[in-house]
Amino acid sequence: MKFGVLRFPGTCDEVDALLAARRVGDAELLWHGERDLRGADAIVVPGGFSYGDYLRAGAIARFSPVMESVIAFAREGGLVLGICNGFQVLCEARLLPGALLPNANLRFTFRQVALEVAEGETAFTNACEDARLSIPAKHSWGRYYADEQTLATMRANAQVVLCYAPGENFNGSVQDIAGVRNERGNVFGLMPHPEHAVDELTGSADGLCIFASMRLAVEGAHLGTGAHV
Amino acid sequence: MLIRPKAGILDPQGEAVMRALPALGFEGVSDVHVGRLVELTVDDAGQIEPMCEKLLANPLVEDYEIVLAGD
Repeated sequence: MKFGVLRFPGTCDEVDALLAARRVGDAELLWHGERDLRGADAIVVPGGFSYGDYLRAGAIARFSPVMESVIAFAREGGLVLGICNGFQVLCEARLLPGALLPNANLRFTFRQVALEVAEGETAFTNACEDARLSIPAKHSWGRYYADEQTLATMRANAQVVLCYAPGENFNGSVQDIAGVRNERGNVFGLMPHPEHAVDELTGSADGLCIFASMRLAVEGAHLGTGAHV
Repeated sequence: MLIRPKAGILDPQGEAVMRALPALGFEGVSDVHVGRLVELTVDDAGQIEPMCEKLLANPLVEDYEIVLAGD
């Protein structure tokens, strides 16, 4: 099981994502200018400030050469995880519904947040034993927005995977949404950073289950069970 | 191109500016919205709308207006 972790100019969380992925499998970095995904079984689009966040966060990164391959990979059913700026990139690429807007408080905010797993049977949460996760979030453009019709469709398809626990929605996201998946269930994005919470030494290891879930889903698919992919 | 937050979507920048103005003595201000201005020179003005749709604006959350300034 190999993860490919993207690196754009301005990405800053790719090393933590790489190290988190290596706790459950193999992982290597993929440069934004390359189209070859090097046989990765799953892709992680990490956090940071790709292309300086110019225009809108993720707006330019989504047209990079590597993203062309990631979009094709996703359309074939490959697992793609977007964290923070990666979530913004996946929304801009229309691989995920909705958009991320400036935090309602207009501030860059960094805090540990409590999340509720709204959907435990997904390719990204099937190894999460607890229904509540403690994971850090750090961003200034994290206010998830989708119009009411889109939200109704998402709810009907169980696409809202993670929510901020009561009182934890510091950025003003609609319906307390912290993480969503696409209709097919193979693309997932969240604003908090599971890759920064993979060892008790740093306060929480709750983020590891996201990576472990992906491994489980990929290996289930290889075994032909099709598990949750 | 004038790019604005879509009506009905919370615009915290606009609200912050609206709150700041009365503090400076400017009364009777409402409906403040903060957006972006993109200026460019283009051979074919017909390209501007697809540029907005594809890159310059996010039509899910932003409205845009094209203002042509002669040649």
